[in-house]
Parts: sequence; C-alpha cells; structure tokens
Amino acid sequence: MSALVIRDLSVRLKKGPPLLRRVPLDLAAGEVRGLVGESGAGKSMIGKAVLGILPPSVEITGGEILLEGTDLLRLPPKERRRRIGATCALIPQDPLTALNPSHRIGPQITDRLVDILGWTRPAADARARELLAEVQIADPDRVLRSYPHELSGGMRQRILIASAFAAEPRLIVADEPTTALDVTVQKQILRLIAGMQARHGTAILFVTHDLGVVSKVCQRLSVLYSGMVVEDSTVADFFAAPRHPYSAALLAATPKYTDPAAGLNPVPDAVIDAVRAEVAAFDRGAPHG
Amino acid sequence: MPILRILLLRLLTTIVTLAGVAVIVFVVIRIVPGNPIAMMLPPGATEEDIARLTALYGLDKSIPEQFAIWVAGVLQGDFGTSITTRQPVLDLVLGRLPATLELSIMALVMAMILGGAAALTGTRFRGGRTEGAIDVANGMALSVPDFLWGLILILLFGVLMPVFHISGRVTPSLDLPFATNFYLFESLIRLRFDLWADIVAHMFMPALALAIPLAAIIGQLLKQSLKETMNLDYVTLARTKGYGETRVILREALRNAALPTLTLVGVQFTFLIGGTVIIERLFSYEGLGNMAIDAVINRDLPLIQGIVLLFAAIFTAVNLIVDLLYAVLNPRLRHA
Repeated sequence: MSALVIRDLSVRLKKGPPLLRRVPLDLAAGEVRGLVGESGAGKSMIGKAVLGILPPSVEITGGEILLEGTDLLRLPPKERRRRIGATCALIPQDPLTALNPSHRIGPQITDRLVDILGWTRPAADARARELLAEVQIADPDRVLRSYPHELSGGMRQRILIASAFAAEPRLIVADEPTTALDVTVQKQILRLIAGMQARHGTAILFVTHDLGVVSKVCQRLSVLYSGMVVEDSTVADFFAAPRHPYSAALLAATPKYTDPAAGLNPVPDAVIDAVRAEVAAFDRGAPHG
Repeated sequence: MPILRILLLRLLTTIVTLAGVAVIVFVVIRIVPGNPIAMMLPPGATEEDIARLTALYGLDKSIPEQFAIWVAGVLQGDFGTSITTRQPVLDLVLGRLPATLELSIMALVMAMILGGAAALTGTRFRGGRTEGAIDVANGMALSVPDFLWGLILILLFGVLMPVFHISGRVTPSLDLPFATNFYLFESLIRLRFDLWADIVAHMFMPALALAIPLAAIIGQLLKQSLKETMNLDYVTLARTKGYGETRVILREALRNAALPTLTLVGVQFTFLIGGTVIIERLFSYEGLGNMAIDAVINRDLPLIQGIVLLFAAIFTAVNLIVDLLYAVLNPRLRHA
C-alpha cells in the first residue's frame, strides 16, 4: 500500500495567488521521493501541508492527502494532529533553530513517545539511547543531558534525525535537511539518512533543490514549477532522459564539480517562458481555489 | 563559580550605589527649606530653645560634619533617632518594611498572574476578536496610573459594592498573635485563616491598583514575544509531534518568551515599589511609603535618610534577584 497519496492538492495564499496547483503525488511504503524545483516552486509547501504546519496566511482549497488510506483533510483537527504525530515526522532544515534552547536533548527526543504515544519514561529513555547509538553519537548519556547550545550543528542534525525516527514513523518529510550544514558534514548526514531509511523502511518525502542529493538517496522524484508538478519520474529515467523541457534544463543547470571548466548553464529564458505559459494555460483550463 | 562572581561584583556596586544615594539624600534634605526643630516646638518658643534643640540633634554643625557623624553611626548599625517619634530610625523602618514588602510582592504576583493570563489567552486566540479585546484592555490598564486605579477601586469595591476594606492593614479590633510584622505570611504559618482573610481584604485593592499597570506591561510584552516564538522552527517541529496549540504555547514557547519579559519585570517592579508611597497613603496602609510621606512633612531628617537608604537597598536587591533568575531560566547563560 502507498504510504502517502496526494490528489489534486491545491493551496493558495489567503485571497492571493495559488501556491500549489492540483498536485498529484504517490509515495509507496519505504520509498524515497525527491521534491525538486527552484525557490518558491512549492516543494516545501507540500511537506508542510502533509504535516499540517502550513503558515496561517495560507489555505488548502482542495484535494486529498491520504495517509495510509485516510484523508487527513477530512479528519477533525485534534485527530489529524494525533495521527500525524503518531505516523509522520519532520527532519527540519536548520538544526540550529529546530531544537528548543531551554530543554535538554533527552526530552526533545522522547517527548513524542511519552506525551503522545503513551510510552513509559524508562522505555522512552532506553529508546533514545538506542537511537543515538544508531546515529553514531558516541557519548549518549552526556548528550541526552546537554542543552542544544552545547552541541555542534552536525551533532544537532543527528539528534533531529534520531528524534524523527523515534516512533518508527511510516512517513518522514525531510525538508532540505543538509542545506544549512557545512559541506563536509552534508555528506555524512545524507549517508546517515539513507542508512536509517533503509534499515527502518520509512517512506521519505525528500525536499531539496540539489539534484545530486536526489540521485544519491531517492528512487523517484517530482519536479515542480510554480506549484505545478511538471515531471514525475523514477530517478533512473530522469537522469537518463528527462521528459519535460524545464526539468531537462534544470538537470543541465546542475553545476558539475568534476568539470569546473564547464561553467554555469542557467535555465534558458525560452524554457522559462514555455513553462510559464503552461502554468497560465493550466490556470485558465482548470479554475480552482 | 559564575554565580558567586556575579554576587561579589554586585555587592561592590551596591555599596557604591548606596553611598551615592546617602550623600545625595543627606545633602538635599538639608538644603530644601523647612526647619524640623521649628516644627517640634510649640509656637512662641524662644530663640534659645530653638538653638538648644538644634544643638541637641547636631543640626548646628556643618553638613559635612553632620554627614560624618551620621555615617559613623550607620556603620555601627545606628541610623539615628527620629525627630518626631524619638525612636531609633532602624526600629521604625524595619517595623514598617514587612508591610511594604508584602504589599509589593502581592502586587507583583497579581501582575504576573493577570499579565501572564492575558498574554497566554491572547496568544492562544491570536488574530481574532479575543486578542483585540485583550489589547484594548491592556491599553486602558496602561494609560491609567496606579493611584487613579486606587481611587477607581475604592469607588467600586469600597463604596458602591463594599467587599474590601479601603483603609489600614488589618481590622484594628482584632487580636494579633504575631511575633513579626509579616502579617500575611505569619497568619498563614500559624494557620489563622480568619486573620489571613482579613489582611487580604485590606491588601487586595492597594495591591491590585499597583498591579494593574504592571500587568498590562507584562501582558503586552509577553504576548509579543510569545507570538514571535510561536513562529520559530522548534515550535513548528513540536506541532508535527502531535502537540495541540495550548501545549505548544506552554511547553515550547513560554519559557523562551518569558526571558525578555523577566528583565523588564525587574525594572518595573522597582517602579511599583516606588508607587507604594502614594498607594499606601491613599489606603492608609501602614507601610514604609506612608511613613516616608509623614517623615517628609515633619522634616524628620534621620527618618527620611533611613527610609530612602532602605528603598535603595531594596531596588538593588530586586535587580540582583532578576539577574540570578535570568541565569537560572536561560541555560545559555549558566556557563558563560
């Protein structure tokens, strides 16, 4: 069964322009799907809609978000929240701001287990220790007692990853989880997420603007432009032959570190114009929101 | 030992501050017109009588000389004798201090409860009519000074609907078994809830009058920083864990949002203590402030000096407590 199915998800700024245009998305259990696109294309917005953390200035105008067959948008708010807490998790972008500065690390890993899922404290503590070992943190007892400011960025991202996997979620939204990190740390964190994902069999919605990351960790990807999915392919097919001209241009624009002489290839204006026309045609043909 | 270092440093600055205050007060009250001796003697006293009494209180000496004598006494714990009551200043002042401390602390607690509740409710229902109503109430509370609130409260709950006492600290006919002047505190310890209720009924309105403007300040600032905190990443992450709005506010946001408010509360609390002077007068509450006004009216120089010095000591103590609390609440400061 699919871990997550999104049908026709439309989101817009309240009394403003659409941000997501009837987005379709299918994520099989244990699959990793990349969401790529330029800034403002709406890739993070999809993850936020799934987790119920859209900003108050934004509203969902239509569609379904089926989490293991249940439409989250039809659940009463309290039940939706609990279900998301029990089956989903977020790996946030910036580890420096995603941990509460006045709580110790331990409770920030175990809070969901104890408060939402009703674990006993000793069981949750044992689980936290186990998770820290899994994310290769050497001195779990000291770290659990530390405050966030006592730890490095890479360390904090490991903790956030451990926390995300704590309740064995079916679905994790990874929102650019390596963007804020040092380049040398990025690789380790990426490898760590991929390894954890393989062991736990968690489906991941991997939001990123880095196609290199997609090629390393994802099986499928959706390319977004202006809130519209322009391509939905397997990673293998995409890198062999992207179907949509915009995604082809996006792929061509990826800098090649192995060949610095190649320079930068920005997405050509003609391609942008074409995809914009496509969005405009979509808006005319499919009135919504 | 950072806490110890803070304490030592503070002790030093406190001594300098108090010395400065002592000099200023000493000089000012001797420069302003008004002769305490003339006020003590019945009309028709001879020049000789006045001169004799002036000499008795040492007021015939030069100001530096008087100051030296006074400081020498203070260093030995002798703050002089009140000119009007002829009792040691230290006994008088320490006898009244508990009343003012209890009143100020009660007002502070009320302000924190009222302001905290306003901020939390406003944050919980932000962007709606509830928040608008809270903002309006805050604005009103803030724009009316404490003594005016005192008058309004007297009219409402002392005259129109007499539920609270409007004057004094305790009903005079009551038999008080207290060993200290901390009536409110001691009545609780002795489990004399009848007395406690009577004391609270006296204290409630002056404390509330002092609390209302401070509550508004706390409410506004705390709500502002709560709302900012609610947009931070760790709060969003907590939402994805399944926590509801109220728990997110209390568990994730409140402690971090309270830090900037705390600093301000420290400063404002010293203003509140200053406010007790007028409020105590208004409610005939037998505290330091009321005594200060009498002392000034009677030109009771030693008593004025003692009271002002004590107020200055309270202010520095409050600031120190706030700094220490800040270190306790903010783990990032603890090792700094």
